Amino acid sequence: MCLAVPAKILKIDGNIGTLDLSGNSIQADLSLVPDAKPGDYAIIHAGLAIQIYDEEEAQKTLDLLKQITQHGEDQNGT
Amino acid sequence: MGKIKMALKRFSDPKLAEALLTDIAKKSRQIDPIRIMEVCGTHTMEIGRLGLRPLLPGNIQLISGPGCPVCVTPGAIIDTAAQLALQPNVTILTFGDMIRVPGGQTSLQKSMAGGGRVRIVTSPLQGNALAEKNPAMRYVFIAVGFETTIPVVARSLTIALEKGQDNLFFILAHRLVPPVLDALIADPELKVHAFMLPGHVSAVIGEKAYQPLIDAGLPSAITGFEPLDILLGIHAIVDMKARGETALKNMYPRAVKPDGNPMALALIGAVFEPIDAALRGIGVISSAGLKFRNAFSAFDAATTFGLDIAQDKMPVGCSCGSVLRGLITPDRCPLFDKQCSPETPVGPCMVSSEGSCAAYYRFERR
Amino acid sequence: MSNSAISISHGSGKELLALLNEIIHPILTLSHSGPHEDAAVFLPPPGRLGFTTDAFVVNPLEFPGGDIGKLAVCGTVNDLACMGAMPLQLAVALVLEEGLKVDVLKRILTSLRNAADACGITIGCGDTKVVERGRADGIYITTSGIGTVRDGINLSSGNAAVGDSVIVSGDIGRHGVAIMASRGNLGFTSQVVSDCAALNNLIDALLDAVPETKTIRDATRGGVAAVLNEIGLDSGVTFKVRNCDIPVADATQGACDYLGMEPIQVANEGRFVAVVPESKAALAVKTLNNLELGKEARIIGTAHQAGRFPLLMETDIGGTRPVEVPPGQLLPRIC
Repeated sequence: MCLAVPAKILKIDGNIGTLDLSGNSIQADLSLVPDAKPGDYAIIHAGLAIQIYDEEEAQKTLDLLKQITQHGEDQNGT
Repeated sequence: MGKIKMALKRFSDPKLAEALLTDIAKKSRQIDPIRIMEVCGTHTMEIGRLGLRPLLPGNIQLISGPGCPVCVTPGAIIDTAAQLALQPNVTILTFGDMIRVPGGQTSLQKSMAGGGRVRIVTSPLQGNALAEKNPAMRYVFIAVGFETTIPVVARSLTIALEKGQDNLFFILAHRLVPPVLDALIADPELKVHAFMLPGHVSAVIGEKAYQPLIDAGLPSAITGFEPLDILLGIHAIVDMKARGETALKNMYPRAVKPDGNPMALALIGAVFEPIDAALRGIGVISSAGLKFRNAFSAFDAATTFGLDIAQDKMPVGCSCGSVLRGLITPDRCPLFDKQCSPETPVGPCMVSSEGSCAAYYRFERR
Repeated sequence: MSNSAISISHGSGKELLALLNEIIHPILTLSHSGPHEDAAVFLPPPGRLGFTTDAFVVNPLEFPGGDIGKLAVCGTVNDLACMGAMPLQLAVALVLEEGLKVDVLKRILTSLRNAADACGITIGCGDTKVVERGRADGIYITTSGIGTVRDGINLSSGNAAVGDSVIVSGDIGRHGVAIMASRGNLGFTSQVVSDCAALNNLIDALLDAVPETKTIRDATRGGVAAVLNEIGLDSGVTFKVRNCDIPVADATQGACDYLGMEPIQVANEGRFVAVVPESKAALAVKTLNNLELGKEARIIGTAHQAGRFPLLMETDIGGTRPVEVPPGQLLPRIC
């Protein structure tokens, strides 16, 4: 039920954003993410942005991953 | 490459995946056998696509739940849309997922072969554009999906109202996750110890909606869709079990805020209100569906076209209902890989690209 | 011709002759001049002949990277080349829909002629029919091709053996994505350009360097997945490919992510899969990489003892799962 892609907002015209998806261009309705600005990555599902990616939280999750896997390596003595 | 793009690539890193799997295996030795229900059909697909199940330790079992909008859409709705497609000046608009799903009698694909006007869209907003472009045609959008999809349909309706579009209609088949979860955990037959929760539904509804799971003593993890997101979800659950903790962990915070998307929820509330609704193969669940609020009732295809949507009858022998509730794995259905296969599907779980049986057939048969 | 669109009267008589003489023959520069004959007659060169035919139906008729004319030539040349046959002669049958713009027809035919010239195939004969509006999607083209097969080459889909290496000639999934984007009804536009190309020179180079090549198949409808499933079944082996080794351009992957499709299932029109003995795999790839069209060629997997499925994929997290022949029509999904 959840296929959604992260796409980078290039420009915003009223409620419609033009976004880049690795060299593909899609348009999406941004009315439910009013704080969105060009440069943000939005999660687009069926033509609508449901949320903006939080870069800080992404980094925190990566740090958590590092922590879990590092700890595992230490324990295994690798 | 931008920072966030680089970050996103890390969520597919094979070395990190290997290390995380190792840690999951280690922690799993500290716990009893655990059955985790992954509620979202997209999770089912991804797990299959990654070949993940055999990589997990033997005491961790992943069960597919009823988060498959296409599977749980009543067959009668498909039959009704297929019929409607044959009427003059009507074009059915649908997501690609629905085209091959068998209804009780027929499918949209069969309707097309018989001359029915059916058009695939990737967004209901394309319906607004088509309706404006071709005023003589009546467009009817089949609105399926859980809370990930409901906001864009609500948005489409809002635009239609603002523009006074009188040739765009909707067949409502949306379902809601929290009421379905409530029904699942109230089921005495259900043997599930934890839930992997749908990341993008959660991006809309937030964390609070899942409180009943905690109250029922079921640890759960809101989970994203990249390979490492899925492993993080499993890891969080196994970790909680090992420490005897019952909590809801948000393992997808880059997309899921505690309050979800309040604007989206407000928009949904402005357009729709909850109603008891049937899930195909399961039966009626309290408040699991949506109906139009009065301001939007003119867009209801059911009243406009006088649609009489019959009660569903599951084909004899089909065990989709039990599969959807996580009671049996697909291979336990008497029809699986015999009468029922992707080429000759009996029930919707086999046709939907994310249906439990289709995913099992594609990825899990060894 | 003063008309700007094909009409049903172009199907026969005076108007057909005008269409042929003023537009079709001049552009296609059919090889015979002089009397109007019913068939091309020629002395075949010595050795075996390869013979193939294909019907081309594509919407839209013109797309980034090509059009139905180029597609028709490349498709037939590639089928011949995959059997080690160098192209000789092409027959071109056109079915034109009433209403087709003459300018579009001219562009398509020019493109067809250019593609034929580029791979050295002669257009030996042809036919033209016109049908009423609504009966031909603009234009249908059927091409049949004859080629001379190399001596000492016996390529076959049944030749693969356990231990052989699987090579793909370049990055995959472009054509399907370019077509879907340019239809304009799926909500995205794309930089992705179709990979539509004639593979005869590339295959020539491969066979020069590695005459032991077992089979070469162009990965058209159903993509690499369809072709490897077929070879696996025909040869009685199971191919295991590694997802991380399959070359896919970022833009192609992005479009597939958006639509919910997998590049390995998406159509190509200028890519082949080759199965070679393992000892020759490095040389094969090096040979291909030396040419522009093969610069992304890579070894993507190996043939194993036949199991339950003809094609398995090793996933990015180290799992294994079957890759089946995709359904006849890939559909975009939201779930």
